[in-house]
Amino acid sequence: MSIFTMPSLGADMEEGKLVEWLVKPGDHVAKGDIVAVVETQKGAIEIEIFEAGEIGELLAQPGQTLPVGAPLARLGAADAAEATIAPVAAPISPELPAPAAPAKALPATTASPVPTGPALASPAARGRAAELGLALDAIAGSGPGGAVLLADVETQAKVQPAPGSGPVTPQKGKPGLDMAEMRRAIAAAMSRSKREIPHYYLSHEIDLQAAQDWLTTTNATRTPDQRLLMGALLIRATVRALARVPELNGRFEGDAYTPSDAVHCGLAVAMRGGGLIAPAILDAQGMAADAIMDAMRDIVVRTRAGRLRNSEITQGTITISSLGETGVDALFGVIYPPQVALVGFGAPRLKPMVRDDIVQPRLAITATLAADHRVSDGRRGALFLAEIDRLMQEPDTP
Amino acid sequence: MTPSDIRAAFLDDLTLIAPDLDPESIGDNDHLQDDLGLDSMDFLNLVSALHKRFGLPIPEPDYPMLATPAKAVDYLARMLAR
Repeated sequence: MSIFTMPSLGADMEEGKLVEWLVKPGDHVAKGDIVAVVETQKGAIEIEIFEAGEIGELLAQPGQTLPVGAPLARLGAADAAEATIAPVAAPISPELPAPAAPAKALPATTASPVPTGPALASPAARGRAAELGLALDAIAGSGPGGAVLLADVETQAKVQPAPGSGPVTPQKGKPGLDMAEMRRAIAAAMSRSKREIPHYYLSHEIDLQAAQDWLTTTNATRTPDQRLLMGALLIRATVRALARVPELNGRFEGDAYTPSDAVHCGLAVAMRGGGLIAPAILDAQGMAADAIMDAMRDIVVRTRAGRLRNSEITQGTITISSLGETGVDALFGVIYPPQVALVGFGAPRLKPMVRDDIVQPRLAITATLAADHRVSDGRRGALFLAEIDRLMQEPDTP
Repeated sequence: MTPSDIRAAFLDDLTLIAPDLDPESIGDNDHLQDDLGLDSMDFLNLVSALHKRFGLPIPEPDYPMLATPAKAVDYLARMLAR
C-alpha cells in the first residue's frame, strides 16, 4: 500500500489546487492513468499515477490547495486485502462535507510516516472557514483532539483577514489562468536559470528552401488535417541532431548532469493572454515528421485548453522556442532548468544567399543555441547547429 | 448558405481553435495572425476545421484569402458557389 501525493510540477511549484478526482475508491488504476486534475500556475494539469493498484481512500477534496508532497489518496496494491487499508489512519470524519474548505498548506509532513489528512473540524467550523476563505490548518483548534470549532474560526477571522471574499467553489472545465501567478512562475524559473546556469550562445543561419519546396509539394496532395508545418521538420532535425551531441539533452540535478537517451522535447507555447508554457513531446527521438506533427498539434491544443499531463511538463530534456512566421530574426533563449540547452528559431524569411556562386533569394531561418557551459562547450554546440542545418537539407528522409 | 451563416460558422470554428478569443470582439477586418495572435498551428487547425465543415480542399496557395474574417467569408462563399 502506498500514498499518492501532490506531485511537483516543476522546481517553481510549491502547491496545487485539487480541482477534480477522475477516480473513486475501489477503482483499479494502471501506471500512467490520469487520476486527478490539479490547478497550478501553469493552468490545470492532468495528474498521472505512477503505480498500479486500487484506489483506497481519497484524502483530499476538490477545492483544497495543498503543498507538494501532501497526501492525496491511499493506494492499495492490486491484490491487497481490504483489511490492510482500513485501520492505519483515517482522521477524516465520515460526514466530511465536500468540497471542504481550501485547506492551504498542510504543515510539512515529510518526516511523519503516517500522513495527516485534512484538519479535524466540526461541520459548522468547516462551513464557516470555507465561507471566509480561511485555511483550517492555520487555525488553532480548541475542540477534542485539537478539532477546530466554530468559535476558533471566528477568532481566527478577526486576526487574519480572508485572502479572498466569498466561498471558494471548485472549478471545472477550462481553467482561469492566473496571469500574475504564471508570471511569477516564469520569473522564478528564469531567475534560477540565470543565477545558476553559465549560458553560452551560438547563432547560425540555415537555408530552408529545400525544406520549403519539399513541404509545398508534399502538402499539395494532402487534406489540411494531414499537412505538415515547417515547425515539425525543425523539431525532427533538432531531435535527431541531439543523437550526436548528448551533452545537450538531459538534466542537471543536484550537482551532476545526467544525459538522457530519450528526447523529451519541450516546446515553448505562447499563451495569447501572455506568458508561456513549455510542455514536452515525450520520446520524440524515433518520430517521423508526421508523428511529430500530430504530437505537436495535440500538445498545442491541450496547452490552450488547459489539459496537459504532469509528465509532459516535468520531464523535458531540452526545449525548442520558435517565433513563428511573424516574429523577428532570432531569439536567444534562457534555459529552462534543470535542462541544459534551449534551441531558438527566428521567423523564416526570404534572404539573399549565395548558392553555386550566385546570389539567390532563399527562405532562411536563424537557429540559435543557448547551452550550459557546465556541461558543453561552444565547439560541441556548433557541431549540433551544423547538424540541424545538414538534416534540414534532406527533408525527404523519412 | 448565406454569407451570415458562413460568417457564424467561421467564427464558431475560430473560437473553437482559439478558445480565449471573444467572438463579440472579433472585427471583420482583423488579421488572424497579426491582430488575433493565431500562430501557424492555430491557422492550420482552423483550415482543417473549415475543410471538414464545408468539404472544400483549401489548398495552401489559397491561405492568404483567409487572412481576415471578411476575406474568409468571401472566399468560402465563392468556393461553395462553384
